[in-house]
Amino acid sequence: MDLRFTTDELAFRAEAREFFRTALPAPLRSKCILGQRLTREELKLWQGILNNKGWATPAWDPEWGGTGWSAVKQYIFKEELHMAPAPEPLSFNVNMIGPTLIAFGTPEQKRRFLPKIASLEYWFCQGFSEPGAGSDLASLRTQAQRDGDHYVINGQKLWTSTAHFADWCFLLVRTDPQARKQQGITYLLMDMKTPGITVRPIITLDGHHETNEMFLENVRVPVENRLGEENKGWDYAKYLLGHERSGIARVGVSKLRVRRAKELATRVLAGGRPLSEDSGFRQRVAALEVELKALEITQMRVISESMHSASGKPDPKASILKMKGSELQQAATQLLLEVAGYDAMEYDGEFLRGVSRAHPDDTDWALTVAPNHYWIRHVSIVGGSNEIQRNILAKQVLDL
Amino acid sequence: MDFEYTSDQQLLRDSVTRLLTDKYDFESRKRYLAAGGRSREIWHQFAELGLLGLPFGESEGGLGAGAVELLIVMEAFGRHLVLEPYLATIVLGGGCLRYGASTQLRQEVLPQLIGGTHLAAFAHSERQARFDLADIATTARRSGKDWVLNGAKKYVLHGASADYLIICARVSGEQRDRHGLALFVVDARSSGLERRGYLTQDGTSAADLTLSDVHVDGGRLIGDPDSALPIVEKVVADGIAAACAEAVGAMERAFEMTVDYLKTRKQFGTTIGSFQALQHRAVDMLVALEQARSMALYAAMMSSEPDVEARNQALSAAKVQICRSARFIGEQAVQLHGGIGVTEECQVGHYYRRLTMLELLFGDAAHHLSLLTATGSESTSATPPST
Repeated sequence: MDLRFTTDELAFRAEAREFFRTALPAPLRSKCILGQRLTREELKLWQGILNNKGWATPAWDPEWGGTGWSAVKQYIFKEELHMAPAPEPLSFNVNMIGPTLIAFGTPEQKRRFLPKIASLEYWFCQGFSEPGAGSDLASLRTQAQRDGDHYVINGQKLWTSTAHFADWCFLLVRTDPQARKQQGITYLLMDMKTPGITVRPIITLDGHHETNEMFLENVRVPVENRLGEENKGWDYAKYLLGHERSGIARVGVSKLRVRRAKELATRVLAGGRPLSEDSGFRQRVAALEVELKALEITQMRVISESMHSASGKPDPKASILKMKGSELQQAATQLLLEVAGYDAMEYDGEFLRGVSRAHPDDTDWALTVAPNHYWIRHVSIVGGSNEIQRNILAKQVLDL
Repeated sequence: MDFEYTSDQQLLRDSVTRLLTDKYDFESRKRYLAAGGRSREIWHQFAELGLLGLPFGESEGGLGAGAVELLIVMEAFGRHLVLEPYLATIVLGGGCLRYGASTQLRQEVLPQLIGGTHLAAFAHSERQARFDLADIATTARRSGKDWVLNGAKKYVLHGASADYLIICARVSGEQRDRHGLALFVVDARSSGLERRGYLTQDGTSAADLTLSDVHVDGGRLIGDPDSALPIVEKVVADGIAAACAEAVGAMERAFEMTVDYLKTRKQFGTTIGSFQALQHRAVDMLVALEQARSMALYAAMMSSEPDVEARNQALSAAKVQICRSARFIGEQAVQLHGGIGVTEECQVGHYYRRLTMLELLFGDAAHHLSLLTATGSESTSATPPST
């Protein structure tokens, strides 16, 4: 047992850190530090840079563009990316549809889609949730009926984040309404330019347009764009659960926020002294740092176990990372709100989108704090809410 | 980076677990407690297994094992609520000798500890000091080739049965100065030394000492007079790491018993583990346990870190997490057992009592949080600390 990184791992960390320092365009770095929203073009630019370096899809099978890094190196990469701070490559592409296609796609589908998924030439969004199918995803009702070489889709999807940017959508549809609810679902890849798709914005608490609802009316998807077998879509959708381990806790993101809160607290006065000297504030910071340290090691334990386990089976402990990681992201964001104080009050949606102020002020950093504080609530809800994660752990780990 | 045990470590774990499963079940433990708070037979078996020599150098008859081996042993002790003086004799008392004593003194005393014939205790805490390691009022002054000790010590773990008392006393400076402290190996039968033995809340043996003109031979001084605090801090770092591991073992067992209870206890015509409120509480206990386990590993690794400030920061961070997890798991283990959980006959309460004592040992969460904030440096580095 040795919790320290090896010389090789340390060298890789230095290499990754140097890459993020030099390759990330300065305006993007600035937006990331300030917590401003990135545009479609900015994200495409950055993922292109990563892809040219061969680092857009580290976790993929090397045959299809993965780096072949150990799980530890993948973790180091994510950590350095989060701490840079640099934008994450688009999760829908890199963490979701890419690995799923590699596991279940036909050779033709892989050749056709994977290179463009890696480069973000094809931007994918996810069509899973519906108005009546949130935590209980398997109760989804959007229907697809076979018509010759096509499926004809009718229904409504919800929380289709970045659908307004997307070229493609991977979605779940019901193809056998008579079967048990998990067994009548099919997994399709849908071109977003297909007639019959209507995307309507949903504005979230931060005042921003990130997510959508999507209406599907007689949308025709060729059968060749089906993933795997008909009515087996639930298995393919479930495949990712518990497999995403590196960086799922986003410890690097939270650490960076805490570090920033501490820096900013040296500039903020409370009772005539810097807030950073206030003992109550310092205790809240230290308590959060302790929890983050523990989570960081828990994360590394899960990674280490995955390298030693031959089964390659998903580890339900990933649910711990998701739960605790989301709570600590929220706590770190709350710390920034505490530092900002009154300066967090003014609403400026333009600044959130990265538009500079006419009369810049040294408290402008605080303008994004409350929107991000509101927005961060979603991390304990998406991808299986923390309550669902507790259900998973109770069942799969505690056998309750 | 690798979190796997080596095959030797796995072997150690298996043999300790086997011994304790055979000889340290709850009923046996009650007998040991009634018969004076420990079992000489078990101590003898620890010696045979090599546990008593674990951290000591091979030249002294030890095994030269490291912090991970100590963690394995302490975790197993935590699971069985072991009452034996391992922390007192091997980690703390033995640690003072290991880190600071002359070759002659080590060669005299350590084989006796490793062989299990003699016990040592670490007499450091004082009434006024609370958790401050430098706050020592007990004095030592020279008299010819002897030192003469005066003062009082409290909460000396296994102090009443120890053959050697490793006593910290002030040779110079003010009461809370960091310099001017010395450590002495004192024969427990010395005249002027009075001991009042008692049990702590969880059945652990402890003693308060009174020292009235206790004469100690100059050769029984550990290291230099004046510079004992770094040794004390190093030994306490090991002690914190050991307490963290023991607490994880106790938390783990209390948690297992609670989950078992949820699966067997029936109310409203069904097992109570089928209720979601209780399932989620159990999962929160699991999360607290895993976070604690991570920090116990961190404490073990960092206890030998040469950068003293980094070491102390890491151990304080670990202790904060362990205290918080221990409080939550201990209290919820009792809560989920319902009425039976607050009875003497139910095992889970004994774990809660031990966990509460481990919270206090070497400083509680509030103390370590203020240590972390006093120094002002980050407890969370970007990576695992590298030496």
